[in-house]
Amino acid sequence: MNEGKNLLFVGVGGQGILLASEILSQTAMLSGFDVKKSEVHGMAQRGGIVTSHIRYASRVFSPLIMKGSADIILAFEKAEGYRWLEYLSPTGQLITATTEIIPTTVYSTGAEYPHNVIDEMRAQNVNLLAVDVAQVAENLGNLRVANVVLLGVLSTRLDLPHNRWTESISALVPPKHKELNLKAFEEGRRLGSAAP
Amino acid sequence: MNSDNKLLSGNEAIARGAYEAGVKVATAYPGTPSTEILETIRQYKEVYCEWSVNEKVATEVAQGAAIGGARALTAMKHVGVNVAMDPLSTFSYTGVNAGFVVVSADEPGMHSSQNEQDNRYLAKFMLIPLLEPSDADEAKRMTIEAFEISERFDTPVMLRTTTRVSHSKGIVSLGQRAEQPARGFKHDPAKYVVIPVNARLRRAAVLSRLERLKEYSERSDFNVVEPGRGPFRRIGIVAAGIAYQYAKEVIPDASFFKVGLSNPLPVGRIAEFAKSVQVLIVVEELEPFMQEQLLSAGLKVIGKELFPRAGELSPDAVLAGLYRGVESGLIDLSSDKINVADFSAPDVRFTPKKAFTVPRPPTLCPGCPHRGIFYVLKKYKPIAMGDIGCYTLGVLPPLSLMDSCICMGASVTNAMGVGKALQWTESSEPVVGIIGDSTFVHSGITGLVNIVYNKSNVTIFILDNGTTAMTGGQQHPATGRTIRDEPTSQLVLERLCEAIGVNRVRVVDPYDLDAVDKVISEELPADEPSVIIARRECVLDRLRKGPPVIPYIVNEQACVGCRKCLELGCPAIITVTAPSKSGGEQTKARIDQFLCTGCSICAQVCPVGAITVKKEAQ
Repeated sequence: MNEGKNLLFVGVGGQGILLASEILSQTAMLSGFDVKKSEVHGMAQRGGIVTSHIRYASRVFSPLIMKGSADIILAFEKAEGYRWLEYLSPTGQLITATTEIIPTTVYSTGAEYPHNVIDEMRAQNVNLLAVDVAQVAENLGNLRVANVVLLGVLSTRLDLPHNRWTESISALVPPKHKELNLKAFEEGRRLGSAAP
Repeated sequence: MNSDNKLLSGNEAIARGAYEAGVKVATAYPGTPSTEILETIRQYKEVYCEWSVNEKVATEVAQGAAIGGARALTAMKHVGVNVAMDPLSTFSYTGVNAGFVVVSADEPGMHSSQNEQDNRYLAKFMLIPLLEPSDADEAKRMTIEAFEISERFDTPVMLRTTTRVSHSKGIVSLGQRAEQPARGFKHDPAKYVVIPVNARLRRAAVLSRLERLKEYSERSDFNVVEPGRGPFRRIGIVAAGIAYQYAKEVIPDASFFKVGLSNPLPVGRIAEFAKSVQVLIVVEELEPFMQEQLLSAGLKVIGKELFPRAGELSPDAVLAGLYRGVESGLIDLSSDKINVADFSAPDVRFTPKKAFTVPRPPTLCPGCPHRGIFYVLKKYKPIAMGDIGCYTLGVLPPLSLMDSCICMGASVTNAMGVGKALQWTESSEPVVGIIGDSTFVHSGITGLVNIVYNKSNVTIFILDNGTTAMTGGQQHPATGRTIRDEPTSQLVLERLCEAIGVNRVRVVDPYDLDAVDKVISEELPADEPSVIIARRECVLDRLRKGPPVIPYIVNEQACVGCRKCLELGCPAIITVTAPSKSGGEQTKARIDQFLCTGCSICAQVCPVGAITVKKEAQ
């Protein structure tokens, strides 16, 4: 069995992060790994920060990833990708959607949204892949599949069999949106394969 | 891969365990992080299940079922157990007949809770056995074991999880359901009627049961020694629940005493284990529950000297504690084979700067019907006593309207108390209580009876969105549907309030700001209690059911940049820089078409009519 991975999914409530992390966990399990994933429900989801820790290996103890230990951070919103950088391993990669979701605190408390956060991360030499998955999803005709496009990008950086991915997606998305999601996944793979 | 393996959360695994244990009755009131237990059990048609009115009721129904001879489970969040303590603590005295398990899902870190009380103490307080799973597979196995213990010792059993067990998924091996014969009800008043003469005898029976449980705990397969390896084996770790997994992650070669049945604590075997190691460390989240007991048994043990008592543990916190222990000499291994560098944290290369980190607290959803009430009510500058639910988020800017949130139902009676207290002051501030429909049914009704009976004149808002929204949308008596979505008799809130004796009961649509304003202006000054029911379906339910949303749009030419719409705190409204009429640039509002749910209240507050439904704008 090849080696395990620590993945941290981050973003904003409502972006489909928990479905995406469920698909990855299922894929890892079908690929023969021990898997644990951890997330928080309830008040934390109401437009607030969402994180999901996913770990797979031959044996997993803690469901939580340690700081400095994420092989990949998958950010569904760019400022959230930045917020969780402490978890990135020195050899890890941040894959982030270029999506911006402006929190209400910008208008209610004068907080500033970091529009230039990707430049800042490049300046800090973060190994970074920024992808406009919202555009891809819009081209596919449904903004809500941006999460699965991003999962497609991620899949090009992980050594999990392609058929396990498609099996998990087919099992976990609503049946009427199955074809669209499978297409979104392949578009994401194209995007990921084309990137360095 | 074994085809009988499934990826389940701790909560789903507890439901599966209950099913396999032949449970016949399962009850709960929703509460994070426990809700998914009943949401999973309802898929098993062999089990009678219900959303109960509150945790006390849930416990009493399950209790009755156990006394009636059917295995029963009730599940709740940690603070729900407070509500259930009255029936639970005496159930310890009477014993159960068929197996009875109460699941307490605790929440260290308070992700969605008002406190982080450690309910292990409640099991000890009630003299009942306590099981603490550390992952999903164990959650299933311990649920089955909990029923065995319950019947063998004639006692309620507490199964205690924490958020990171309940909401973490792992691979669970599935078994078959072992159907349990119905034991039936046996008349036994000496056991179940706790008049003093009986209760005194039962008290003695409980204490003798505790002695037998102590022996059982010493032998239990869920309390196990895991021998260490190499120089680290001289470090002895005692841990239960999720703390075990964190410790195992950061110091896998230490010797472990893994505690699964933690009340009564197997002190004898831990004392044996202590002899095999050089230093004994308890790794536990929240309070020093095990450490105190081991100290009082005379063991030399450390724990809370190294690990925080507040908040969640994490592998990082456990490693940092061990590092501090070795560095300070509290962990003295007198060995050159282990040094403090062995406990260094992983290299953290990137630390986010504050300037690039924007606060993102949870907010009321776009289109949330509570928003209109808060927006209008704020103008009246009330003292607003709040309650448990999504609407607690009304405390955050820009709505900033909520002066308290203590426990389920407290808004109603806290408002009454504040109202009484103000009579000795000059204050003329109106006093209101704000409570949701599900919370009102849970424990606001009795408070409202008290308000009428004792002549309060406060105004109670029941924000009726037709669901238990905060926990993901569960049915309750006022929705008229059961946990399995079957139609049932519907509790009509306005008729209930009238029956209680409230003369002024008003029903208003919170999407109609003018109507809301009119009702509030009439009810706040009333010299008797009044109830305002703000009725509008939870926006998440509306989005699930349809019809399709028609979003609103800002006409940028018409927008004057007054920022009035931003005072609603709607996540769908942002600003952009656009050309102004005078030729320069100006900040204008824009509505995110992906987030907007078409509730219309921004259009109602816009003073220049710049916000319209999308169709009209085109």
